[in-house]
Amino acid sequence: MMLYVYAPAGFAALLAFVLAVAASVLFLRTKGLRFDALAVSATQVGLVFLTANIIAGIVWSRLERARLWTWEPALTSALVCALLYASYLMLRRALEEPSQRAAFCAVWSIFCFLDVPIIVAAVYRWRSRHPQPPLWSALPVAPLAGSTAIALLIGGLLLWARVKRENARRERESSRRMDHVI
Amino acid sequence: MDFLRQFWVVSVKDLRAEFRTKEAVNASLAFALVILVLFSFAFDAADLEEAAMNEISGGLLWIAFAFAGTLVLNRSFVRELPNDCLDGLIAAPISRSALFLGKAFANFALVLAVELVSLPVFGIFYHVRWARQAPELMLVLVLGTWGVTVIGTITSALTVNIKLREVMLPMLTYPILVPALMSAMQLTTRLMAGEAIAEDTALWLKMLIGFDVIYTSVSLILIEVVLIG
Repeated sequence: MMLYVYAPAGFAALLAFVLAVAASVLFLRTKGLRFDALAVSATQVGLVFLTANIIAGIVWSRLERARLWTWEPALTSALVCALLYASYLMLRRALEEPSQRAAFCAVWSIFCFLDVPIIVAAVYRWRSRHPQPPLWSALPVAPLAGSTAIALLIGGLLLWARVKRENARRERESSRRMDHVI
Repeated sequence: MDFLRQFWVVSVKDLRAEFRTKEAVNASLAFALVILVLFSFAFDAADLEEAAMNEISGGLLWIAFAFAGTLVLNRSFVRELPNDCLDGLIAAPISRSALFLGKAFANFALVLAVELVSLPVFGIFYHVRWARQAPELMLVLVLGTWGVTVIGTITSALTVNIKLREVMLPMLTYPILVPALMSAMQLTTRLMAGEAIAEDTALWLKMLIGFDVIYTSVSLILIEVVLIG
């Protein structure tokens, strides 16, 4: 049961990070701040799904192996990627000037995304002394595809709402700045 | 001035500035030694079998190197803040990639120097015969340190205007360095145990080289954005 949350959430998180890096590259090419808003929203939604993935992994580990954490490769790489993308949000929070923040975070998003395949390869290599098939390989395909579709739908809605909110917040901030100038 | 000369001028300038004050390198070395001493309280080196000690030596060393390295890397761009030196550097008629590579190389030399002092100290404290595969170990040290300095130099540039930059730099660098440190730890452990590089370890070496190549080239492409904003 837990695996129907685990696998789709991981997949949705990966898609969100692909979207985030695409938006970051587009920002660096066009300097359009709406791409920056999309990049931060996609990263946050991705982190939400990655957290769901890790929590599902913890629950699964507790039920199947009676301990809260197992260094299973997929779960371990998810944890490292979550720390990685948390650093993106930290950097965002620390930088103040909007255009500089957007540019620096776009650079960092590209750095983070390039690291994801290397992390996965390294973690799988590191655990190769205890090989085990991926958790979801035992599952029947049809319900897994269904739960993945549901996860992607939820992800799309979350992303849409987050982008709206981010744009509204920016609108408010820029109008406040205008008031200040006047 | 051609590219190589610009690169050389920037790194010599950084190294000379560092050798006049020695603030970063002294702090880094002292920190590395303190960490090496602290490890001895985590486990009893006298009771540990030689095999068990070999098993963890690569990990211990690279943890100490990564921690000590950040002290050097933190200073890299902050040093240019007084008297608006950073603006001067960016406005200078040199290519930004030469500026980045020069700074990265200066950091690399400093971090490597700290490592080369800590390594024999580690060997003495924990009775590890580290020089059994010395040339290969040097190669791993060079590759691992280059990975740490490339990432560290670019994050140093990203965080230079942040108030809490000393806190930010390690939080940005360590997660991204996980694959590089993992490869360096695995390789160092095997080499210190006296194993030659075999098929299994060669894959880790390839991963480390790949990490260095990817991040050096991406940094060179994106440094323009980071310095000019």
